[in-house]
Amino acid sequence: MAQVKMTVNGKAASGEVEGRTLLSSFLRDSLFLTGTHVGCDTSQCGACVVHVDGVAVKSCTMLAAEAEGAEVSTIEGQAAPDGTLNTIQQAFQDHHGLQCGFCTPGMVMTTAALLKDNPKPSEQEIREHLEGNICRCTGYHNIIKAILAASGQDVSALAAE
Amino acid sequence: MPKDGDIKSGIGASSKRREDIRFLTGAGNYTDDMNMRGQAHVFFLRSDIAHGTINSLDTSAAAAMPGVVQIFTGAEFEAVGSIPCGWEVTDKHGAPMQEPRHPVLAEGKVRHVGEPIAAVVAESLAEARDAAEAIVVDISELPAVVNMKDALKDGATKVHDDLTSNLCYDWGFVEENKAATDAAFETAHHVTTLDLVNNRLVANPMEPRVALGDYSRADDQHTLYTTSQNPHVIRLLMGAFVLGIPEHKLRVVAPDVGGGFGTKIFHYQEEAFCTFAAKACNRPVKWTSSRSEAFMSDAHGRDHVTTIQLALDKDNNFVALRTDTQANMGAYLSTFASSVPTWLHGTLMAGNYKTPLIYVNVKAVFTNTVPVDAYRGAGRPEATYQIERVIDMAARELGVDPIDLRRQNYVTEFPYATPVAVEYDTGDYHATMDKLIEIGDFAGFDARRKASEAKGKWRGLGINNYIEACGIAPSNLVGQLGARAGLYDAATVRVNATGSISVMVGAHSHGQGHETSFPQVVAEMIGIPEDQIDIVHGDTSKIPFGMGTYGSRSLAVCGSAMVRATEKIIAKSKKIAAHLMEASDMDVELKDGVFSVAGTDKSVAWGDVTLAAYVPHNYPLEEIEPGLEETAFYDPSNFTYPAGAYACEVEVDPDTGKVTIERFSAADDFGNVINPMIVSGQVHGGIAQGVGQALLEGCSYDDNGQLLTGSYMDYAMPRADDLPFYAVDHSCQTPCTHNPLGVKGCGEAGAIGSPPSVVNAVIDALNSGGKKVAHIDMPLSPDRVWNAINNA
Repeated sequence: MAQVKMTVNGKAASGEVEGRTLLSSFLRDSLFLTGTHVGCDTSQCGACVVHVDGVAVKSCTMLAAEAEGAEVSTIEGQAAPDGTLNTIQQAFQDHHGLQCGFCTPGMVMTTAALLKDNPKPSEQEIREHLEGNICRCTGYHNIIKAILAASGQDVSALAAE
Repeated sequence: MPKDGDIKSGIGASSKRREDIRFLTGAGNYTDDMNMRGQAHVFFLRSDIAHGTINSLDTSAAAAMPGVVQIFTGAEFEAVGSIPCGWEVTDKHGAPMQEPRHPVLAEGKVRHVGEPIAAVVAESLAEARDAAEAIVVDISELPAVVNMKDALKDGATKVHDDLTSNLCYDWGFVEENKAATDAAFETAHHVTTLDLVNNRLVANPMEPRVALGDYSRADDQHTLYTTSQNPHVIRLLMGAFVLGIPEHKLRVVAPDVGGGFGTKIFHYQEEAFCTFAAKACNRPVKWTSSRSEAFMSDAHGRDHVTTIQLALDKDNNFVALRTDTQANMGAYLSTFASSVPTWLHGTLMAGNYKTPLIYVNVKAVFTNTVPVDAYRGAGRPEATYQIERVIDMAARELGVDPIDLRRQNYVTEFPYATPVAVEYDTGDYHATMDKLIEIGDFAGFDARRKASEAKGKWRGLGINNYIEACGIAPSNLVGQLGARAGLYDAATVRVNATGSISVMVGAHSHGQGHETSFPQVVAEMIGIPEDQIDIVHGDTSKIPFGMGTYGSRSLAVCGSAMVRATEKIIAKSKKIAAHLMEASDMDVELKDGVFSVAGTDKSVAWGDVTLAAYVPHNYPLEEIEPGLEETAFYDPSNFTYPAGAYACEVEVDPDTGKVTIERFSAADDFGNVINPMIVSGQVHGGIAQGVGQALLEGCSYDDNGQLLTGSYMDYAMPRADDLPFYAVDHSCQTPCTHNPLGVKGCGEAGAIGSPPSVVNAVIDALNSGGKKVAHIDMPLSPDRVWNAINNA
């Protein structure tokens, strides 16, 4: 067991981990940040995406020890302190971009990374960027629409619902 | 009907989902998010052999590993009941289906890859997994039966030694129609025959299954937290049939559940194990499935092999239809496995058409594969796919327009009694087809095809109709058909003293948005804001005995119970209001949350009446009880019959066989719609699953019963760049005539309606490129399409 220290959502966090402990396990089991979900074991589904030093990372594919000293942000740190949803979160609600909610934290974190690098992505750029995030509920229609809306693009031409 | 966007609250409003707030902020409470003091973890050692005899199982080294609490094998469960099947199908000779014992942990033999052999309970999951690797298992491998045709051969290896063969049942429906149907084929002007496979799928809700068992010795109380679509069903099946726990000592909780799609209906061994082990170890025991485990332990879906024949007269009227299907059950009978290829499939074989004679034969077959059960649509996609593919093939053979051929054979008069034992109450199939032609811009197709051809691509347009049956009922009928459960649902409406309302419902929401849509109904009925109403679901200690959510039943069945309970509330509150206003309750009206007496200026607010019910100082105590809480159970008199018309436009790259979905349109008739935004979302998701089945997904085994598609590396899930924006419409509305909301159900439509149009479109594209291809089995992967092109 070794001690790891990192900053998670702006707060210092530390814990004892085994060498094999994944960052996703550390967040969920040691810090009780259960918004980061684990939907597969082959780094495919993207439900576990968090940001490490500003970069979107699949936390099931990174050891907790590798995040030593890093700035980690998770879904729990995305809304304002008073609970107000951020632009991306609000767009997902406004456009029904989630159903069961299980893939949603990863979708929101992946979207945040996309919009940081590409503030006005095209529909095709969004679809390609979501290649590593699987949603089984929405058929992606309303996720794409929500991301277009979150980036300030007009989605009124798409179906009203 | 007002347009969707015009309605701001109540029935018909696209109210934003209140549950989204917790899901968008990481505050959801899924079963794996729960941890209990003193909790141990279980890891299941699963068979990596499809079929074999367990010679020995040595757990001694494993038991000495760090952190191990206890190791369980099949021996500990021999006195425990079999995992039950919830539907007994009677075969065409009147005999009951063959029903093997389904143990919690393997007893003597293993029968599919993934079957749990032993369970290691340890302080941590890592320690449990390490110890499981130290268990020494000696299994003599036996030949595996994987292919259904092989499984039915004389002398085939038997999956279960104590059964007479691998045939679970041979079902004929309607047996009395068989001779007349066969005779109609003899004299038909044209017969189209199609052999097809409905490919095996894995449901893949994004949240893997989890079970957390807890036991309180102080009051002999068991609690199971589980990823279930129907906690009361689990309590009944597990309590009564497996573990023998009386229901008042067993609480089942399904908190936030991350998608179900059918595969979380069923009672699984892991649930029984964790409940049992929590008492045996005297501490909470938790199991979290990995995705790899999910692929080999969640019940799979579909897996039918069919020959379908359609007979037409000289005027292209359908005169008879017959179909012969082999349905894979896997190694054991999962909870509703037996009902899927029979009552959920045979009864839908009329489709949207007035074919007078229909005969359905289904042979259900045991194989050394994971059990197969309901997956989104369950039997109805299999029926729709057969019907809509054979009609398209007939149109091509006869040189007639596939839309015209469908239209001339539509059922147009309702109610309509089909030759397969159901009665459609309402529908308008021409209306949905007209709407489809509009939203799919069929008029522009030729120009789009030319544009594709200019790029060297072939473009195809495929269409189909579908009909489904939702809200299986009534209970006394399904009981006669072999169901071992009732199929009603229940709701309790608890009005609080200050007028807010908690509605406890038997339905379970795992993505469907009940927490938003159900209050819309009650708000509309009483005339108070939606935010005054909350839904409670998913906990047997809090809700009335309801049957849960599957088969697009929640609103049609549980919603109807909620309406009935709310009607009781309104009737009682009118009596209280009448007392307060010194009027007759017959003269009291309730509108916008205010009671008034017709023809007078007397009125009293909703909150005043509810307060009077709980502070009954000025109250007719001699006539009515205080309090304002009512329960209703609702058992529908019939199925509901949503129907629609779907269209897919594809481009095929002739050089690679790669298919891309260019447009997808869906015109559905769901009857009345409560929340159009949620309904459209349900259709979107269903379409993606149907396109996934048609183009991408296929669960594969090798000849030894090894699962070849055991992860997302080799099972192709639909991703964002596989799919387009969809055009969906549900403005064609013929309300259901036999439930109080006039609703039909929308959850499965997309998955039922979409696969045939995708395949029809690809066949159209290939033929437009001069390739006379009649059929390709799903999934239409590039290699299959390329081979079809190059072998045509």
